[in-house]
Amino acid sequence: MIRTKKIRNLFATPYLSWAIIFIIVPLVMVIWYGFTDSDGALTFANIASIARPEFMKSLGLSLLLSLISTVLCLIIAYPLCMILTEKKAGKAGVVILLFILPMWMNTLLRTMAWQTILEKTGILNIFLNFIHLPSIYIINKPQAIIIGMVYNFLPYMVLPLYTALSRIDDNVINAARDLGANKFQTFLHVTLPLSIPGIISGITMVFIPALTTFVLSQMLGGNKILLIGNIIEQEFTQAYDWHLGSGLSIILMVFIIINMVVEAAFDKSDEQ
Amino acid sequence: MSRFLKKLYVVLIVIFMYAPIAVMIVQSFNQSKSRGHWTGFTLEWYISLFSDESIMAALRNTLTIALLSSLIATAISLLACLAIRQMTKNTRTVVMGITNIPMLNADIVTGISMMLLFLSMGIKFGYGSILIAHITFNIPYVILNIMPRLNSLDNSCFEAARDLGASPVYAFFHVVLPDLMPGVMSGMLMAFTMSIDDFIITHFTKGAGVDTLSTKIYTEVRKGIKPEMYALSTLIFGAILILLLLLNFTKNGSRKKNKTGTNAPSILEIAP
Amino acid sequence: MKKTLSIIITVIIAVAAITACGSSDKTAESTTGSSDNQLYVYNWGEYIDPEVITMFEEETGINVVYDEYETNEIMYPKVAAGASRYDCICPSDYMIRKMIQNDLLQPLDWSRLPNATANIGKTYMEQSETFDPGNKYSIPYCWGTVGILYNTTMVDEPVDSWNILWDPKYKDNILMQDSVRDAFMIPLIMNGDSVNTTDPDELNDALLKLEEQKPLVQAYVIDEVRDKMISGESALGVIFSGEALYTAEENENLDYAIPKEGTNVWIDSWVIPKNAEHVDNAYTFLNYLARAEIAKMNFDYIYYPTPNTAAWELLDDDMKYNPIAFPDLTQYDNLQTYTYLGEDMDKTYDNLWIKLKSY
Repeated sequence: MIRTKKIRNLFATPYLSWAIIFIIVPLVMVIWYGFTDSDGALTFANIASIARPEFMKSLGLSLLLSLISTVLCLIIAYPLCMILTEKKAGKAGVVILLFILPMWMNTLLRTMAWQTILEKTGILNIFLNFIHLPSIYIINKPQAIIIGMVYNFLPYMVLPLYTALSRIDDNVINAARDLGANKFQTFLHVTLPLSIPGIISGITMVFIPALTTFVLSQMLGGNKILLIGNIIEQEFTQAYDWHLGSGLSIILMVFIIINMVVEAAFDKSDEQ
Repeated sequence: MSRFLKKLYVVLIVIFMYAPIAVMIVQSFNQSKSRGHWTGFTLEWYISLFSDESIMAALRNTLTIALLSSLIATAISLLACLAIRQMTKNTRTVVMGITNIPMLNADIVTGISMMLLFLSMGIKFGYGSILIAHITFNIPYVILNIMPRLNSLDNSCFEAARDLGASPVYAFFHVVLPDLMPGVMSGMLMAFTMSIDDFIITHFTKGAGVDTLSTKIYTEVRKGIKPEMYALSTLIFGAILILLLLLNFTKNGSRKKNKTGTNAPSILEIAP
Repeated sequence: MKKTLSIIITVIIAVAAITACGSSDKTAESTTGSSDNQLYVYNWGEYIDPEVITMFEEETGINVVYDEYETNEIMYPKVAAGASRYDCICPSDYMIRKMIQNDLLQPLDWSRLPNATANIGKTYMEQSETFDPGNKYSIPYCWGTVGILYNTTMVDEPVDSWNILWDPKYKDNILMQDSVRDAFMIPLIMNGDSVNTTDPDELNDALLKLEEQKPLVQAYVIDEVRDKMISGESALGVIFSGEALYTAEENENLDYAIPKEGTNVWIDSWVIPKNAEHVDNAYTFLNYLARAEIAKMNFDYIYYPTPNTAAWELLDDDMKYNPIAFPDLTQYDNLQTYTYLGEDMDKTYDNLWIKLKSY
């Protein structure tokens, strides 16, 4: 379409220069800060500091909470999407709309509403007391953060899963049933394998924001629970130690890259 | 029974998704300024909202930044896509890899890296720095929406237009662009949505006296969120709900099978 | 698709346009930044009567851009990195010392602050010398202590000691300060150590004590203490003295105590950073704040004791001699002020803080 190299370069210039200045250079700066100390000397101390018990604990907790939330999202979303694919297009569309709608509301405000619900004197406990049940106290505990994560990231699991499931040709499933597979076998050998791309992209879309969040733990954790995101945020906004903060960011990026590699591996095996 | 259980399941999840929003709406009519204590019905906050200069300024910043950043990102991306298509396979892989970085990377790292860049360049933190950051993380969403359309485009239409004497520019605007339009539009809307809801990146790139709704809410969380904020959210919620319902009804009349061959509602394409 | 999307976009543009017109002049300036009759103020949350700012804007035509922070530690990187250039800031004593040492402040020209010279009490100026020798950089704004705010319906025994914050009876009913120096001050005082200790053993003991307390703590918060105490979400909260009168007004069951072991006494003062862009406006503003009637207005709103003796004179006798509003410090033992401990100790404190939070 575009014949000459000249025009191609002309078109590419704005984007490439933008990408270099605002994507590559900033990342190089994070890496540079991560590998130097305040005198500018090369050091691995910032990266190695992840081995400090308090950082390891936060990282471990972040991994654990995001893993639990991702699994919960998958467990909640899968049956939902299966139910929706059985429905007529119009009806399912309305339900999917219902899932997208909250995403246009401010995330922080919705999370704050969870605090109002889960508080000791909050709506949930008022309701529980009203029906003569004991109050539950999970605000400022890891459970509250998990609820916040599942709530905020559930749509990111539902959308790719639903797309994947609704793409499965009904005839394939009918064929399996005709060949004598029962419902469970059909699910295990036909539906599940065919929905793997959706599962994988859903997992990525939930896991990474959950792993790196600092807002959810701040708002629902009462500043008592330190995730790795909180530590990085604190190093930049309070402790004023950009070198350490950048070092920890690099660790975080390593986990993201691992996640991407695993995802790519699944994609490949799926193609074959 | 099983049909009932399925319905119940969907309803329960929808309740889970909407409980916080219901709390927000109720709070917007609550006379008391503090959360979770109902003292009486009032419309006061809806009136005082429009005279609250700081909330209005935050709303204006949020909307104009989202609008400008999605428009600029779309313009840059459109050119970039045309150029990328003509690149050799290897260059293309590298460029697309770079493009994906802001989308796959953790928001906190993107935010921090931009902050370090702006500081080292001596850019004044404020409206401009937020805008640049938003354009940067918007670009990948637009490119990823345009590229598939562009790849499936048939070159012969463009060739035919050229053969019939159209100038390249004329042929592009009258033959190529209309075909790309759905991708351009959905990319732009996705970018707009990401920009509106972003907190983390704005948190690190904002300067004195400039707030978006997200950063404003973040500072208010500690002092107690102003009821006007709930009123504003309720209005936004109502507006989006009406808009989506209208869309859905007009769609149902003239629903064709989607290009993907699924019965997924077309709204999926514009979902974040 | 195309049509509906264009509808959406039109609606959005319309809304943006409407909000833009709605309040035209003032923020049009602040976004373009071209007109420069502005003043960037960076202050603690809820630490000024908003009416005071409005009156200042009307009187002088200066447009005030007002931002708030929660702790000295959050304020410092913003100013030190130069990301945001504020014209006046209101840090606490030890932080002012740190900023002076790191050459972030400009010396004040007191001849341009006649109200402050005339109205600020001598004793406060002398106290300031501990962190700002010669009163070169700072104008005292408020002072106070740190104590325990408690709900008399939820706490049975009299509150007179920090020990109550370690009482398992009040599990999940205790709010601690989410700022490192204030949190560590409490166990240090209880152990009879200096709040400015640099001894690793003493600090480690303090950390152990805080770790022991952590399971009992509902949350580490600052400004949120107010709301949570008023609503009865918590029984005990560590808070600065000024909040006591305000919260008591909203919930009559709230009372405030300065523990007998001693506590921290602090001064927050206005300073002008070196990189300020509107120095003239900053002087106008600071001189305005030191006016007796303005300082009184502020006191009536925030209830933090004011060092402005001229404003104090304007108050009713009830308030003047109110032991919570203006405590007689000679009655308390072991009142300590924080001093700046140097970069290495900052690092040590940060590490201790992260250890506690991840415990």
